[in-house]
Amino acid sequence: MVRVDGNGSGEALIRVRGLNKDYVRGGEQIHVLQGLNLDVGAGEFIAFMGPSGSGKTTLLNLLGGLDVPSAGTVSVAGDEITAMSRRKLTAWRARHVGFVFQAYNLIPVLSAYRNVELPLLLTPLSGAERRRHVEAALRLVGLQDRMHHFPRQLSGGQEQRVAIARAIVADPTFLLCDEPTGDLDRKSADEILDLLTLLISERGKTILMVTHDPRAADRASALLHLEKGVLVEAEQSREARQAAQVAP
Amino acid sequence: MKFLPLLLANLKRKKIRTILTIGSFMVAMFLFGLLAAVRAGFRQGVDVAGADRLVVVGRTGLIQPLPLPYQERIRRLPGVKDVVHATWFGGIYQDPKNFFAQFVVDPDEWLRMYPEFKVSEAEWREFLADRQGVVIGQKLAQRFSWKIGDHIPLKAPGYLGGTSWDFNVRAIYRGTRPQDDEGQLWLQHKYFYEKAPSYWQGIVGWYVVRVADPGQALAVLKAIDAEFANSASETRTQTESAFAASFMKQMGNIEFLILAIGSIVFFTLLLVTGNTMAIAVRERTAELAVLKAVGYSDRFVLGLVLAESLLIAAIGGAIGLALAYAVAGQDITSGILPTYLSGVALAAGVAVALGTGVLAGLLPAVSAMRLQVAYALRRV
Repeated sequence: MVRVDGNGSGEALIRVRGLNKDYVRGGEQIHVLQGLNLDVGAGEFIAFMGPSGSGKTTLLNLLGGLDVPSAGTVSVAGDEITAMSRRKLTAWRARHVGFVFQAYNLIPVLSAYRNVELPLLLTPLSGAERRRHVEAALRLVGLQDRMHHFPRQLSGGQEQRVAIARAIVADPTFLLCDEPTGDLDRKSADEILDLLTLLISERGKTILMVTHDPRAADRASALLHLEKGVLVEAEQSREARQAAQVAP
Repeated sequence: MKFLPLLLANLKRKKIRTILTIGSFMVAMFLFGLLAAVRAGFRQGVDVAGADRLVVVGRTGLIQPLPLPYQERIRRLPGVKDVVHATWFGGIYQDPKNFFAQFVVDPDEWLRMYPEFKVSEAEWREFLADRQGVVIGQKLAQRFSWKIGDHIPLKAPGYLGGTSWDFNVRAIYRGTRPQDDEGQLWLQHKYFYEKAPSYWQGIVGWYVVRVADPGQALAVLKAIDAEFANSASETRTQTESAFAASFMKQMGNIEFLILAIGSIVFFTLLLVTGNTMAIAVRERTAELAVLKAVGYSDRFVLGLVLAESLLIAAIGGAIGLALAYAVAGQDITSGILPTYLSGVALAAGVAVALGTGVLAGLLPAVSAMRLQVAYALRRV
C-alpha cells in the first residue's frame, strides 16, 4: 500500500522521509521538493502526475539515485541510497533500477540487441548467458525478430519496447518510467502500458511512473499528485477503485 | 573485449568525421616519419661516427689539403692505432643535380678503417686489379641502375682539370646498419694521382685516425694538432661525431627547423582532434548520461572517450608511420641524404601519436566523466 504521510510500515520497498530538493537558478533558490514522504510496497504500480515544474522528474531522479537530495533520506529494500558514495550509487543503480525515458534514449549506433545487452556488460555473465537474457527480454517485449535492427529502423513504440527490455534485462528491483508514453500515439502508448502492466502481474515488478496522460495514470494501482514540490494527494486509480467496487 | 562493439560503434557514428580525423593523424604521422627520416639523413654522419675515430682536416677547413707525409707522422704518435687518408673528388655524372659523395681512397687500408662496410672478396679483388675500378654503395647502384662492369664517366671539377674521367664499377658495398651511407663511390688513389694535375701530387683531403683507446681520444687529437702546430699546414682534429655535427651545422640549424615544423603540426593536430572529440562528446551527452544511469561508472565513461581518441590516434598513426617507413626507404633526396626511419624513430612516432590521442581526448573525457546524469537528461 502506498502512503505519503510518513507513517508507513518498515516493510515498504521504497521509503522516503523528509525529502527536500532545492536548486539555485538565477540567484534565486527554488524549493522543488519540500519534506516529501513516501512508502511504496513491492509490486506496486505508482503514477505521479502534476503540472510541469512540480518536481515529478526530480523525484524520480532522487528515487533512482541519479541526483542527491538537499535533505531527507531515500531507502530501497533497506539500503539508504542517500548515504551512498557516488561510486557505490552507480553500482547500486546497475543492480536495482531500470530506467525508461520519454525519448527512449537508445544508443543509435547499436542494434536493439546491443542496446538491451548494455546493462549486462557490467555483470560477470558470460557471452552465452548474456545472449539468453537479452533474447528473453526482447521476447517479452515482442521484438525478438527485430533484435538486429537499429533504432532508426524501428517505430517509436518499438523503440520504447526496446528501452523497456533494456530496463528489465538485468532483473532490477524496480522500474522508473519518466513519461514512457509521452512521445507515442494512442495505440503504441496502450501497448507500452499493457507491457508495464504485464511486468507487474507476471514478473512482480514495482514500477514508478511519471505521466501527464490520465489514461496512463489510470493503469496504475495508485496515483499521486505532486504540486509545487509537495505530494498533496494519494488516491487509488480508477481501475483499483473499480476492482474494489466489484469485490464482494 | 566485451565493450569493443560499443567502442567501434561510436567510431562508426559519423564515418566521414572519423575518417577525416584518422586522416589528420595519418598525415601528421607521415610528416613526422619523413621529418625523422630526413633528420636521420642529416645526422647520419653523427649517428654512424665511430667512438674511436678522429678526423684530421686543415686548420681552415676541408678546402685546405694536407701533405701526404703527415700520415706516417700521425701513425707514430702515441695512442694512434691506424690512420688512412681520403680526398674529395667532386665529379659530375651527366648533370650537377646527380650529386653523390666520391672519395679518393687507398684501397689497402680503407675497409680496415670502416669495417661497417662489407664488400664481397671476389668483387674487392676485381677492384684492386683495376686502377680505374670503383666501389659503389648499394643505394647508389640502385639510384642509377649501375651494375658490376658498367662504365661510368665522371666530369672532374675545374680544380682537377675539368676533363672526363672513366671508371669501371668493380664492386658494390653494403652497410651493416640501416643508417650506414650506401650512396658513396670510392676510387683508387693511384689512378687519381696519375690523372690529377701535378699540384695535387703529395696532398690529400683529410685523414681518419683510429685511436687505441677511445677514452684517450681527446689527448690524441690534441697531440695531433700539436704535432703540426706552426707548420705550413696546421691541422684541426675532431672526433668523427663532432666533425659530422659541425659539417651538419654548416647547412643551418636543421634540427631546430625540423623540430619547429613538427611542433606546429602536432599543436595543430592537437587542437583539431581535441575539438573533434569535444564535439563528439557533446553530441552524445544524453547517451553518456544513459550509460551512467544504467550503471556505468564515471571512470568507465572517461576510459571510453579516451579509448576512442586513442583508437583514432593509433589507426591514423600506424597508417602514417607505415607510409613514411615505406617512403623513407626510397631515395627521396636523390641520393643527397641517406634517409631512413629507425626503430627508435618509429617508437617515438607511436608514442607521439598515442600521446596526442590521450591529450586530445583528455578534456572531453574529463567533461564526460563529470557529466551529471540528472542535469544531462534534463538538457536533452
